[in-house]
Amino acid sequence: MIDVKGLRKSFGEKEVLLGIDEHVEQGEKVAVIGPSGSGKSTFLRCLNMLEAPTSGEVWFEGELINAPGVDINRIRQRMGMVFQHFNLFPHLTVRQNITLAPVQLKLQTAGEADENARQLLKRIGLTDKENEYPNMLSGGQKQRIAIIRALAMKPDVMLFDEPTSALDPEMVGEVLELMGEIAHEGMTMIIVTHEMGFAREVSNRVLFMDEGIIVEQNNPDELFNNPQSPRLKDFLAKIL
Amino acid sequence: MDFFMDFQAKFIQNFIDDNRWLLILYGLRTTLTITFFALILGVCMGFLTALVRVTYDKTGKLRRLNTFARFYLTVVRGTPMLVQLMIIYYVIFSPWPFVNSIIIAVIAFGINSGAYVAEIFRSGIMSIDPGQMEAGRSLGLTYNQTMRRIITPQAIKNVLPALGNESISLLKETSVAGYIGIRELTRSGDIIRSRTYEAFFPLIAVAAIYLCLVLIMTAGVSRLERRLAVSDRR
Repeated sequence: MIDVKGLRKSFGEKEVLLGIDEHVEQGEKVAVIGPSGSGKSTFLRCLNMLEAPTSGEVWFEGELINAPGVDINRIRQRMGMVFQHFNLFPHLTVRQNITLAPVQLKLQTAGEADENARQLLKRIGLTDKENEYPNMLSGGQKQRIAIIRALAMKPDVMLFDEPTSALDPEMVGEVLELMGEIAHEGMTMIIVTHEMGFAREVSNRVLFMDEGIIVEQNNPDELFNNPQSPRLKDFLAKIL
Repeated sequence: MDFFMDFQAKFIQNFIDDNRWLLILYGLRTTLTITFFALILGVCMGFLTALVRVTYDKTGKLRRLNTFARFYLTVVRGTPMLVQLMIIYYVIFSPWPFVNSIIIAVIAFGINSGAYVAEIFRSGIMSIDPGQMEAGRSLGLTYNQTMRRIITPQAIKNVLPALGNESISLLKETSVAGYIGIRELTRSGDIIRSRTYEAFFPLIAVAAIYLCLVLIMTAGVSRLERRLAVSDRR
């Protein structure tokens, strides 16, 4: 579904990604872990071209998406993204946050989008917040709404960029729970996270990144219980 | 006693005789007309200029327009309003002497104000968290759609108080329109002075009227600020 070949990214002199080759299958849940500054967020943001790769190729559903002339907006409609800081639109109500893109892009009529938004809100138990503005909500509520805002586009893959890092500890659980549900429904997910417990429980595969490369990857049991590289051993020793 | 008799006589001489208060009234009307239409022109020009500048900064598109916009900002902000007004009146519009000088004033003040409004809007747009643009784009919205639906509404809300202050400056700036023969408020006071040889009454009256207008506008701006603050706190 997603194919990354020789992906490099530098910001000016600073090289952040030093050549990434990776393949993500339909339905896979891939967790990306690693110390801060390892390039894991940049890697994720290169997948939907929020950062333009310096070189290399990113393929999505059989299409090279960092080629000139590609309509990236059309491709992004199929790649949902969830941000660390939620990035809800503060001037719009919760429902408008969810319906804006599908209606603007003429994927759904206003009526369909509203109905869809209500379904999604019902699912996360926030039906009563439909007409409230984001700054009335708790961090956990904001992030769950950001997630269903992305889901409202009916994407083929969901990218999560440290979705729980900006949350108060007591809010983390509700967000992870929702992500777990989405995972069980078969969504393809790539999750940059510091939640090792979640990575272990939900993902099929964990990538450990450090200094711009994928140092080691494996299924979660093997990766956490039997780390091979000294850098991963060192990282796990620090956080677990 | 003499002082009050004198005061009364001079007041009558300056404002009542020959219906001189009408001069002030018409002058006020002209001042408000110029301010109002120049403000509309200025906001439109400023908004478009800001969009060009921001779009160039963020995407690298509109290069030529951006160069032109920067030229416009540099020239307008680097020269005095009065000089701009006279150049537009005596140089640019000299082939068309029949054009109403109030229209010329509206154009001149609008162009001038637009340069300041452009920077107000630009700072408003820049003040929006980049995450908003990213969130819009990540949903598949185009740059233009994100600008229109997400960035601009928030930016406008943020800059409303600054725009209010710009309107206040503009109102006061229009006092130089007398230089191209427009009888706006200041010039009206000056005409009375030249007829009655009395400077105190007409000039103080004119000043008081400006002050009242500015106080009203200031009150409007701070009410706006308070209202916006309330909706932020929600």
